[in-house]
Amino acid sequence: MNKIKDKLIFFFFLLSGLIVVMLLAGIFYLLGSTSIHAFKEISLKQFFFSDNWNPNAYGEPSYGIVSMIVSTFMVTIGSLVIAVPLGIGTAAYLSDIASEKVREIVKPVIEILAAIPSVVIGFLGIVLIGPIVAKIFHIQSGLNAVNGSILLAVMALPTIISLSEDALTAVPNTYTEASLALGATKWQTLVKVKIPAALSGILASCMLGMGRAVGETMTVLMATGCAPAMPHSFLDSVRTLTSSIAIELGEVAYFSTHYYALFAVGLVLFIITFIINLASDIILHNYQKVYN
Amino acid sequence: MKYRDISQAIGFLFLKACLAIVLFFLVLIIWDISSKGIGTINWAFLTQMPKNGMTEGGIFPAIVGTFFVSIITGVFSIPLGICCAIYLNEYSKNNWFTRLIRMSIRNLAGVPSIVYGLFGVVLFVQMLKMGTSILSAGCTLGIMTLPVIITASEEALKNVPRSYREGSLALGATKWQAIRTNVLPYSIPGMLTGTILGLARAAGETAPILFTGAAFFIPFLPKSLFSQFMALPYHLYIMSTQHHSIIKVRPIAYATALVLIVLVFSMNLIAVLLRYKLRKVKKG
Repeated sequence: MNKIKDKLIFFFFLLSGLIVVMLLAGIFYLLGSTSIHAFKEISLKQFFFSDNWNPNAYGEPSYGIVSMIVSTFMVTIGSLVIAVPLGIGTAAYLSDIASEKVREIVKPVIEILAAIPSVVIGFLGIVLIGPIVAKIFHIQSGLNAVNGSILLAVMALPTIISLSEDALTAVPNTYTEASLALGATKWQTLVKVKIPAALSGILASCMLGMGRAVGETMTVLMATGCAPAMPHSFLDSVRTLTSSIAIELGEVAYFSTHYYALFAVGLVLFIITFIINLASDIILHNYQKVYN
Repeated sequence: MKYRDISQAIGFLFLKACLAIVLFFLVLIIWDISSKGIGTINWAFLTQMPKNGMTEGGIFPAIVGTFFVSIITGVFSIPLGICCAIYLNEYSKNNWFTRLIRMSIRNLAGVPSIVYGLFGVVLFVQMLKMGTSILSAGCTLGIMTLPVIITASEEALKNVPRSYREGSLALGATKWQAIRTNVLPYSIPGMLTGTILGLARAAGETAPILFTGAAFFIPFLPKSLFSQFMALPYHLYIMSTQHHSIIKVRPIAYATALVLIVLVFSMNLIAVLLRYKLRKVKKG
């Protein structure tokens, strides 16, 4: 009797695991099956190679996502340019210079940064950072790619710092000691021994930060201006994949071509983040192997 | 001074500057919002409906909406998340199915929030005919929160020593009896910590609820789980970008932002204190 009951309970828990797998598969399936309808009317060539996104144009609506992809990668790369050096520097400070006490205080403080909702960061982009950007570059509106990059950097920092610090701390002490014993300074040891040894972990952390930046919606929606055109410089307003969905899905009729096209944009976004996360996973996995 | 000493001094200065800049960002964010938001907040602001086309009055319905939606999020994600964690830590063997579950969890954690919104529109709003409602939005946020809850719960289960399970099994208990009496009670505080952190994130999310139930303005409180609702993060978005007189309502937007971060921070603080207390108990 007890054995049957135990078996049933086992299946119950197995089922909950199965549900989680099915959720991911379900997201992929529903995105795919919904967006497939878009391509009945939109050619793949137009969708992936045209930079003209104008679904409401009279007569001939146009659905090209190139400008959105360019915009997405512009703010992502911009944010990485800011966040990667800052993040690695902070992580190195925490792992190599900070005393135990400082670390105990600073680490939770940085976690606070991660807890701030993205809509609040976006709001600050409008009221605080945007005007500063406008002033520095002498432009009318600060709602552009630079603004978005700065805000996304702030959001990616906690991920990069915490995972890079883990990677630096995981470097075996023998490496550091050997280097110091040979007469290297602490700085030389950090730059020439520890960072190269922890490189894959650091890289994985940057990839994860990148994944977050690509998928971030509210911040870029509020703080980058969202003009639906090809951006020519970082001072132009940009409209990413995420913000296009957020702006337009509320206004379209269900089951119209435009509606399906937005799901196709979502699918592209899903695939991009999937690949980035998978890559960071593989890097992290290989690096764990090295030390075990 | 030798060259290498100088290079070290400069290098360390750079690292310190990095930390200083990161902390500066944080202080700037919190300072700006608290100093400009605090003036508008009073009891009436927290307990009144918005008035005059949302240019005056309070944010009460947004607070209520966020509260209800968080409850649905919890009801959806906590049982499922904990069961999945129990499976992974107590039952699973190292096989392809376990690896598949783990891969799914990692990927769910990386799915952009707006994609959860799209998924919610198709599954909950349309296929399951729940409409744009508290229920749809809560379930959408629930799926988004699952990875956080599973990871934290599994961590909590891992921290229960093996000997607890073995002692129980040796006395003739079945596996489930051992888990129920000797594992779960000791892991509940840890699970609670992770759950609170997950719900705090969900409470601050906007993108998943944009199309699954959040409303611009509703002059009354939600009547059932199938009503649309106002939510704090969505209200902040509206007040800072969509309102017809944005400059005039700026103080309300600042105050809403302050209420939102105070809410999220206090949930985080509770979780951290709980974790701290837990560590102490374990050591003692």
